[in-house]
Amino acid sequence: MKPPEAAASAAAGRQSPAPPPVLEARGVSKHFPGVVALDDVSFTLEAGETHALVGENGAGKSTLIKVLTGVHRPDGGELRLSGQEVHFARPFEAQQAGISTIYQEVNLVPLLSVARNVFLGREPRNRFRLIDFPRMNSEAAALLDGFGVRVDPRRPLHTLGVGAQQMVALARAVSVNAQVVVMDEPTSSLEPREVETLFGVIADLRRQGIAVVYVSHRMDELYRVCDRVTVLRDGRHIHTGDLAELDRMQLVSMMLGREITEVRRHGVTSFSQEGHDVERRPVLKAEGLARRHQLDGISLNLHPGEVLGLGGLLGSGRSETAKALAGALTLDAGKISIDGSVQRRHSSASAIRAGISLLPEDRKAEGVVPGLSVRENIVLAALPRLSRAGIVSRGRQDRIVEIFMKRLRIKASSPEQKVGELSGGNQQKVLLARWLCLEPKVLLLDEPTRGIDVGAKAEVQALIDELAQQGLAVLLISSDIEELIEGADRILVLRSGASAGELTGDQVTEGALLEALADHSPAAPEAGTTENAGEEAAR
Amino acid sequence: MKLMSALGSPKTAAPLPSAPLGKGGPSPGSAPASQTSGKDRLASFLQSQGALAILIPLILISSFIYPTFATLDNARGVTVQASFLAIVALGVTMVIITGGIDLSVGSVFALGGVLAAWASQWGMIPALLVPLAVCGAIGAVNGLLIARAGMAPFIVTLASLLGARGLLLAITDEGATTYLVPKDSAFATLGQGSIWGFGYPILIALALFGVIGVVLQRTSFGQTVFAVGGSKDAATLMGLPVARVRMTVYLMSGLLAGLAGAINAARLSSGVTIIGVGMELDAIAAVVIGGTLLIGGAGSVSGTLWGVLLLAVIQNLINQIGSLNSSYQSVVSGGFLILVVVSQRYLTARTRRGAAP
Repeated sequence: MKPPEAAASAAAGRQSPAPPPVLEARGVSKHFPGVVALDDVSFTLEAGETHALVGENGAGKSTLIKVLTGVHRPDGGELRLSGQEVHFARPFEAQQAGISTIYQEVNLVPLLSVARNVFLGREPRNRFRLIDFPRMNSEAAALLDGFGVRVDPRRPLHTLGVGAQQMVALARAVSVNAQVVVMDEPTSSLEPREVETLFGVIADLRRQGIAVVYVSHRMDELYRVCDRVTVLRDGRHIHTGDLAELDRMQLVSMMLGREITEVRRHGVTSFSQEGHDVERRPVLKAEGLARRHQLDGISLNLHPGEVLGLGGLLGSGRSETAKALAGALTLDAGKISIDGSVQRRHSSASAIRAGISLLPEDRKAEGVVPGLSVRENIVLAALPRLSRAGIVSRGRQDRIVEIFMKRLRIKASSPEQKVGELSGGNQQKVLLARWLCLEPKVLLLDEPTRGIDVGAKAEVQALIDELAQQGLAVLLISSDIEELIEGADRILVLRSGASAGELTGDQVTEGALLEALADHSPAAPEAGTTENAGEEAAR
Repeated sequence: MKLMSALGSPKTAAPLPSAPLGKGGPSPGSAPASQTSGKDRLASFLQSQGALAILIPLILISSFIYPTFATLDNARGVTVQASFLAIVALGVTMVIITGGIDLSVGSVFALGGVLAAWASQWGMIPALLVPLAVCGAIGAVNGLLIARAGMAPFIVTLASLLGARGLLLAITDEGATTYLVPKDSAFATLGQGSIWGFGYPILIALALFGVIGVVLQRTSFGQTVFAVGGSKDAATLMGLPVARVRMTVYLMSGLLAGLAGAINAARLSSGVTIIGVGMELDAIAAVVIGGTLLIGGAGSVSGTLWGVLLLAVIQNLINQIGSLNSSYQSVVSGGFLILVVVSQRYLTARTRRGAAP
């Protein structure tokens, strides 16, 4: 646990003019097929500092961490550990060199005991070179005690709560005489009390001169525990500096790559400039949606003919909200009503029956079936409606497919072409067509234009506009600030799974959205948040 | 201590599913206060050692009903018969704990027997070394293709099942040539000799179970076998030698199947070519009945031992009944397999529910 050498070397380092950073990445690049994950990124970590690593989805944080911890080998650039160039071929070598990592999802073995998990690969032995279980169990118990976890170390890991499992992972990472501890979203599954324990551990590490790389989307945490920050965006290094010198606004605008300006509706996207005629009565009403660690009492109303934008940084609960509305996520609490009637048992099937369609974020994993044809993909969800006594009418299928291919301008050689052969934009349109032929009342769109080319993006945006004009209620989730500002009539901003404000009418500007995202100032207290304020008072 | 309440109930007497080899049963007379914990312990005992819990009453009841069952001669016969499947299933246990499967063991068993019989003309050492070398090589190739090239264990070992059987037919002129083990040679004694009537194969099997039981429970290699099966990604990120361990278990499986084949040839005095067909399925059945999870990550060699004995006792009982066609043995074994898998599911759900905070 205590490395006197590290402290001593840090003390010795103070006398010499320039102590080498404990870990340094110089001009590191990493390519995956079709993607540049890291492009000439440099990163330095000084002994004893807690260094925040931030960036939005696809910024390259995870890839950088995996390069630092030996999971990926960089295509270019070099890694230096205390000034010495190093090459890690496997995670094992990085661990031997003193870099240990706690991954976001607990990466332990659930069926093995707590003690075995802590000591896997370095078990204490007795004189017959066999594992000394009594010693291992008592050492594990003593070690975990220091992390506020008091459990029988012989218990299988999976019988512990997620927070306690995370603490076991932390104990394992710290107990290997690490010089550097990398924490990837360590608090995402912790209770507030456990978060305090974690911060106590980080303070201990700092005293011992151990450097910490801290990845989190939670602004409060970053400002509480971190000394310096490195911002990545689109695989490139954007900024490194003292965190105290940046306010939240500046940090968020660097992460998103937006200047803080008051531009609004300047016609970059294909959304029409006019607002939509919005009906008064909501078609979908959600109250107090809650789910452990993900959603913390989200309420929203969605009216026919409007596009409601859902803003928020990564991990704010945007996708979870959409999934909950579509019945794809079980809730701990909350009420969802459609057309005024409360849904008792909300499931995907009942949501579809009630006219709610979700276009998921990950269209490869959750959406299109690449091996099936355009026609088959479009009618997949509508099959029960198109068939009589289990027999599907081919004529009706062809008619529907023809209508939607024309209406959505799907570019395919024929309805029988395999969807896997289409471009990303056309795949997205096929998915849209699949849900539209169910004649939904509510369309939930999670990042509908991510990863598709500019032309297709414009077409999809125009289509969203058109659908809203035809009276559909649309929920639009997007990380693209412009798309959100120009496409949405209203924007509900989420932070840490709770509503953090709502922008309506003239407030729908980039500046206001960035402020709300960053929690810079209480965003627009006069509009829209009254409902939430009432709720908070009621608590 | 404060954190304790957030983490779960302060039960210290939590279930220990990974009890070491030969761990005793639950204490039946637990105090009322620890009743739930006692139930949990019973559930986790049944999950890991359920085969033993069925085997003991089955033997006791059968001993009363069939006087010919509870004789020393019958016990000797049953255990010698079972020892070959036991040795094969021992290797398969390790493979299954890593989350893999080895379908090649039946063919490799037969190949090992023929090679041993062929090599026995030069004495005992070649009779053991030749099958071990060839069968070990088959296992090593399986492991290499699975662990290094990342191919699916099912396909790779299915291919070597066919390959080993083909090799066997090739070296015996399609089964026309039968190699005989010289009578009264040291090698023949290995299969036919006995101590107090218990044949050497039984003793060899027991010794192997003891050694491998200790290796699995008390060495880093063994812990890694469990970790790889529990979560391969986690094991890799923890820096454990995942590929090396996966290779090793297939190598061991090949070696053990070859050794079992060689000892069987010594016992039968010849290399029988038609032997071992479908043996891989019996081995897998015994392993699963013994409480090893087919998805990997949990299991024990002791459970496999009870699983093998359970299958052997069922077969023997059906022979004792006499009026039943021996084909019913498969029906009963299959029924047991379903019973075990269903109850495993139930018990796993129970222990998870009972212990989760």
